[in-house]
Amino acid sequence: MGLIRAQNRTTAVATLAVLLLGSALGLIFFYAPTDADQGFSQRIFYFHVPIALTSYVCFAWGAWKALGVLRATEDPERVERNDLESYVAVHLGVVFGALTLITGSIWARASWGVWWSWGEDQLVLFLVLFLFYCAYFMLRFSVAPGRQRANMSAVYALFGVVLIPVSFLAIRLSKKFIHPVVFTSHGPQMATSQLATFCVALAAMLLLFATLYHVELAGKRVDIRLRELRELLT
Amino acid sequence: MTVPPKAPPSEWQYVAAAYGVVFVFVLGWVAIIGAKLQRLQRQLGDLVEKARDRG
Amino acid sequence: MSYLADVAALARKDLLLELRAKETLPSMLLFVVAALAIFHFALPAGTSHAAALGLLWSALVFTALLGLTRAFVPEREQGLLDALVLAPCDRSAIWLGKAIAVFAFLAAAEVVALPAFAAFFSSIDGSTVAAVALADVGICTVGTLLGAMAVAGHARELLLPLLFLPLAIPIVVGGVGASAGAGPRYLLFLVLYDAVFSLLAWGSFEYVVAEE
Repeated sequence: MGLIRAQNRTTAVATLAVLLLGSALGLIFFYAPTDADQGFSQRIFYFHVPIALTSYVCFAWGAWKALGVLRATEDPERVERNDLESYVAVHLGVVFGALTLITGSIWARASWGVWWSWGEDQLVLFLVLFLFYCAYFMLRFSVAPGRQRANMSAVYALFGVVLIPVSFLAIRLSKKFIHPVVFTSHGPQMATSQLATFCVALAAMLLLFATLYHVELAGKRVDIRLRELRELLT
Repeated sequence: MTVPPKAPPSEWQYVAAAYGVVFVFVLGWVAIIGAKLQRLQRQLGDLVEKARDRG
Repeated sequence: MSYLADVAALARKDLLLELRAKETLPSMLLFVVAALAIFHFALPAGTSHAAALGLLWSALVFTALLGLTRAFVPEREQGLLDALVLAPCDRSAIWLGKAIAVFAFLAAAEVVALPAFAAFFSSIDGSTVAAVALADVGICTVGTLLGAMAVAGHARELLLPLLFLPLAIPIVVGGVGASAGAGPRYLLFLVLYDAVFSLLAWGSFEYVVAEE
């Protein structure tokens, strides 16, 4: 019963994601005006920033589920469920984070001719987070599956989510004494049409995450069930 | 009717590259899930066989 | 009150073990001085004081990593961690005792490193010392928790640098800023880091060592 409901939900989310992504692309290339300062390459932002924000959401969701792991001390089933959900969320967060770094790098190249800029707070923050969450996987793979691994992954995910604002603050502070930044980040002032396009793109990205999340979770759960079945039959 | 971009061709390429990366990623992800699904179906088939043999 | 007594006992145990074995502290001392010497040769002539400060902080972070890596090895090698966890004390006391011991080692290493830096490169001021002290708190509290995590897996000590270095980045920013005299806000930032992460580490240690 629960499986069928989950399937319906996934299909609905996936359909919505496809619709929004299509609309976003249409708006980005046919509706939004060309930016006066940055020209055509500014359009990368309509994907780059939503992907970055979605990545934060992934890590926050992973941390929330991690809290669930730590709180469900008496219930091994809830621990396993929350652990799996936390892991998938962090995994997708890293994927979106990598996409942020790649699209950000392409944008930096398009705007200033360099593949990297330490002056872009968002990019540097993502580099730090990327390093941190890649270590999450190293941690997970070095410990045998079980209660301790679930707990450690959960604690680490919580550290990560606290690291996000602390790192951001550190990066802002570091700009005072690191080499002066000539190029500053994109202007926050957006025309209404640009804002509308941005919002649609953001919604599309969030729904893309939701779709990938549900599909990946479903796949992992089926895997676990099959393994159980195999053990019962052999 | 689309208005041709006034930007020089190289800018177009960068924007296309950025969106292309996202597109390729989604396609790759679908491919991975597809492969996983195939593996799961195969395993399910094996298990059904085993259950039948059991009686 | 018995919580503090437990913490003191655990810290004393680590310090006494080190006094007898004499492994960790001498290697940390040697490492930090050797690192500073290498940095001297790595820096081109006429490098600024600020760049030298950056290298001081790099040396400190890696020396701390050396100390942290050694911190849980005795427990793991002799299976003591399970025994400690079974002991009737609050699990976080294990963390605090160990963190205090590592802090002592790190401080001892810095008592040698800072004068060495002043001799090799350029003199240091009060805010550098304050920054080092604050940074040590952050390094030891976070590093001890991560050390316990690293040791639980099969990658063991190899994992600790990967876990620790991203979290050490804000510490380095705060430390270098304070040493370079860029304002009191860097020291305040270190205080914030210490408060937030120490609290988090203190609360989550018992989950990290739970077995079953």
